[in-house]
Amino acid sequence: MGSPILKLIAQRIALGILLLLAVSVLIFAGTQILPGDVAQAILGQSATPEALANLREELGLNQPAIVRYFQWLGGVVTGDFGTAMTSRQDIATAIGGRLWNTLFLAFWAAAVSVPLAIILGLLAVRYRNGPVDKAISGFALASTSLPEFFVGYLLVFFFAVKLQWFPGISTVYDGMPFLERMRAIALPATALTLVVLAHMMRMTRAAILNVMQSAYIETAELKGLSQLDIIRRHAFPNAIAPIVNVVMLNLAFLVVGVVVIEVIFVYPGMGQYLVDHVTKRDVPVVQAVGLIFAAVYIGLNIIADIAAIVANPRLRHPK
Amino acid sequence: MFDLKNITPSAWVGLIVTGLFVFSAIFAPWIAPYGKAQIVGGVWEPMSSQYWLGTDNLGRDLLSRMIYGARTTVFIAAMATALSFSLGAILGFAAAVTGGWFDTIMSRLVDLLMAIPTLIFGLVVLSVLPSTVLTLILVMGILDSTRVYRLSRAVAVDINVMDYVEAAKLRGEGMGWIIFREILPNALSPLVSELGLRFIYAVLFLSALSFLGLGVQPPEADWGGMVKENKEGIVFGIPAALIPAAAIAALAISVNLVADWVLNRTTSLKGGRG
Amino acid sequence: MAKAAVKKQHDGKLLEVRDLKIEATVYPPGEDPKDVTIVHGVSLTLERGKVLGLIGESGAGKSTIGLSSMAYGRGGVRITGGEVVLNGRDILKAGRGGIRKIRGREVCYVAQSAAAAFNPAHKLMDQVVEATVEHGTATRAEAEKRARALFRKLSLPDPDNIGNRYPHQVSGGQLQRVMTAMALCSEPDLIVFDEPTTALDVTTQIDVLAAIKDAIRDTGVAALYITHDLAVVAQVADQIMVLRHGKLVEWGDTRQIIKEPRQEYTNKLVSVHEIEHQEKTPGASPVLSVQNVTASYGGGMDVLKNVSVDIYPGQTLAVVGESGSGKSTLARAITGLLPPRNGSIAFNGRTLSNALRERTRDDLRELQMIYQMADVAMNPRQTVATIIGRPLEFYFNMRGRERDAAVAELLDKIEMGKGFADRYPAELSGGQKQRVCIARALAAKPKLIICDEVTSALDPLVAHGILRLLLDLQAEEDVAYLFITHDLATVKSIADSIAVMYRGEVVRYGSKSEVLAPPFDDYTDLLLSSVPEMEIGWLEKAIGGRRMASAGN
Repeated sequence: MGSPILKLIAQRIALGILLLLAVSVLIFAGTQILPGDVAQAILGQSATPEALANLREELGLNQPAIVRYFQWLGGVVTGDFGTAMTSRQDIATAIGGRLWNTLFLAFWAAAVSVPLAIILGLLAVRYRNGPVDKAISGFALASTSLPEFFVGYLLVFFFAVKLQWFPGISTVYDGMPFLERMRAIALPATALTLVVLAHMMRMTRAAILNVMQSAYIETAELKGLSQLDIIRRHAFPNAIAPIVNVVMLNLAFLVVGVVVIEVIFVYPGMGQYLVDHVTKRDVPVVQAVGLIFAAVYIGLNIIADIAAIVANPRLRHPK
Repeated sequence: MFDLKNITPSAWVGLIVTGLFVFSAIFAPWIAPYGKAQIVGGVWEPMSSQYWLGTDNLGRDLLSRMIYGARTTVFIAAMATALSFSLGAILGFAAAVTGGWFDTIMSRLVDLLMAIPTLIFGLVVLSVLPSTVLTLILVMGILDSTRVYRLSRAVAVDINVMDYVEAAKLRGEGMGWIIFREILPNALSPLVSELGLRFIYAVLFLSALSFLGLGVQPPEADWGGMVKENKEGIVFGIPAALIPAAAIAALAISVNLVADWVLNRTTSLKGGRG
Repeated sequence: MAKAAVKKQHDGKLLEVRDLKIEATVYPPGEDPKDVTIVHGVSLTLERGKVLGLIGESGAGKSTIGLSSMAYGRGGVRITGGEVVLNGRDILKAGRGGIRKIRGREVCYVAQSAAAAFNPAHKLMDQVVEATVEHGTATRAEAEKRARALFRKLSLPDPDNIGNRYPHQVSGGQLQRVMTAMALCSEPDLIVFDEPTTALDVTTQIDVLAAIKDAIRDTGVAALYITHDLAVVAQVADQIMVLRHGKLVEWGDTRQIIKEPRQEYTNKLVSVHEIEHQEKTPGASPVLSVQNVTASYGGGMDVLKNVSVDIYPGQTLAVVGESGSGKSTLARAITGLLPPRNGSIAFNGRTLSNALRERTRDDLRELQMIYQMADVAMNPRQTVATIIGRPLEFYFNMRGRERDAAVAELLDKIEMGKGFADRYPAELSGGQKQRVCIARALAAKPKLIICDEVTSALDPLVAHGILRLLLDLQAEEDVAYLFITHDLATVKSIADSIAVMYRGEVVRYGSKSEVLAPPFDDYTDLLLSSVPEMEIGWLEKAIGGRRMASAGN
């Protein structure tokens, strides 16, 4: 045993890397569909031809797109994302601290939402079709329809403005004490939690229900096992893979949800950085941040698939 | 297709609220008390008999802007949904029925597009394209069509292997009969419900873009943009930004209720009448 | 085993069910949910060490009654009245904890699909001994020893190590026996067997059946044996209870039920297999001639190897084989859905193109097909009139009133009234659906109809009606059938010639009388001897006289 499963995992990772490469092409190409070019965009319509030519030279725009792509890609794999056009800052340096901030926020949102979603999902299954289940489903239906900023500003309005428990703007800085930092991210983390919670809960419920309706659960019941033993011994081992899958998919949602939440709370993370530079049409920054977001997203999907492979007894114990 | 008496109470709520929004979107110029960019009073005036929802950050009537906003939001979202739906469904069905290289290429391409979160990809593209209504519709429609493609292909593949489709093929029926008479009638109910979900997604996506300042540009009114315009008021305890945000939520929830009902109702039929 | 011996001494009643009433809530489309009664006051008694067969068609309530002996209702089914007295107490009043102590200890269950009933995540041994250890009737080591002894008794291969395998690593027939071992392991007083051999191939079924029978005899356990197949239950049961629509029809000793049934319905069930069919002699030239056809899916292993058969006008060729024998693949090759790699197919004197899309419309019309699952063979969104009318429009350009008249005539032929024209498939019974499919095939005025297991999803009496209809239509329309089946009883009723297939090859081919007369090749012998006969003691005779191990094991 072992080897076919390792092979499958290796295949999945290789596929992920291939996908990421293709995504980098897509992101690069996506920024090339501009009518005119970057130089034109920076200098505006009134720019003199000389200034344009100089800037093009400086940005390497005279070379064919394919050459520029490989130069860019070569930089990316060595950790060099180039310099921002607007601020002339090194992008990798600027990203460093922000990426950490974003991960910090996402981590705490996940740390709250994942266990909560699984517990609520289990409760919904345990009291299936009862009032608890209906309430949870209703809440889930409503909250998948809520825009992030509605949740965000509602929290700000009540907890920051009316009650003044937490700051409405999440300022963080280097060397900030841990507890203060936690207080600063309390509202954005709550908002993010609410955004992903409902979906994760609903999917967890469906995954567990699916397992609970299997014939082998009936077998266990007819063996006279207690409800707890049935769940612990028979449902749980088979539910791990679908639940991990649900969690990973929702963490991927969370990573995207971060963009809007950061803007609401003026939190210095990747999302804000991206939006700022999209507005300024700073292409190198947008490419870099877009690629990082896509990499995280693809990475989480790979983990979900690997969890499913590892948890599958047919693959773990081949014939 | 549907009996009135079979509409559940929650579906009624959904239908009425959705209808109300669509009505104000269509008849905006006739029902809005003031013009959409007309400055009528002070900044952020509270709700009053004169300004039912108060005024906004520039002193424009919030209710009028909400009504005009409904127009922009619903229009763009509807167009994007129509685009994503026709594109996704046609390509998805074609891929399922023809199979072969067309299916493979289309499916890999969609996998690739879906490997990037929609919002991120949208932002990347909008960093170089101007935020016009047409661009928005195209970007949203094309990105979202990947989801429709996946669903329609999956549904059509399931139906395509049914014995009754095989029987039609053995009879010598052409592609047209097989797609429109054998497959489509059986694929309709999941697709109709998906239509609602795609519309909600388009509303939320557009609002997010406008909120980030990359969607509909001022002075044009749309709900996401209105949240952005009025968000500074929140810290002063002025809830003006919450009103358009709540409207988005209300629209999304009511469409969701309708879609949910359509799905429940049609799946319980398992074919036959209805 | 000492304890089992002690138990056996307590003679007398083990299980007594009194006036059992079971209800369920159904959700009919477009209507409010309503409660229906699925078992109407059934009573039964079972003595220690005896086997009671519960028999009936689908919807008879036999599984529901069987599970009530464990105080269990499947999928929203509720026991609403009556008593279930097991070992002297009413288990319906035992409460949650009380029932838990009974399940897996006094009563155990063997499901129809062991493949689904085993947890894929655990080794077989862990699952086999689980109930025994849970109820504390034996230590883990004792239980495992007992399990290995049971594996041996049930003639499982490698009985000492098979417990270390996972469910997916074991074949279906073996899994069914492991499940029987699981039920026996905690030495219960009663086992409920719920169609334990129905999903198996016929040659595998006989092994599992024999193993179950031996195990029941040697351990002295009592059993409720649920099945729709009277011949099967006649081999294992001491008594048989015939059920219909949740009501008792007849209850008596096995010999009395199969030899001297007192009720009309039982009599029909007993005599259902017999249709006298006079074999026709082959005509001058075949309507379909398959020559040396070899085919495979996507360039893989050959699933059809050098197959040659002929079918004569107005006659029936039955193709018999178990799952994986290639019989359905043969149908796909003939219809053009799977173009053969080698060989040729001649139809009506001309050579058919291999691929479907190159065939002429007349070739398509004259070669029709009827499927096993009638409910997925009809578009659920089309009415019966559209389903039957479409071939008329398509091949004969019939429209309007002319077509409607032709549809009415076809409905008449399949013994259904005009009123069915406006119905949707969901509004028909299983037998009616299959009739509509027959009418659709007939509408094309074909020379040959391929019937792919057309009766195997139907209850015996309904299947019987379909066979009779097919025979009548053959006499009227002079249409030939290629009849694919795994059921030899059906073959005897309908075939003029027979081809026996095994692993992609035709191993025996000829007229019905030739094929069914000795001397047999080993596989045909196995196949013929595996078909349960409604005769007590058949099983022992059949097992004793076999020359070849079962095909699938």
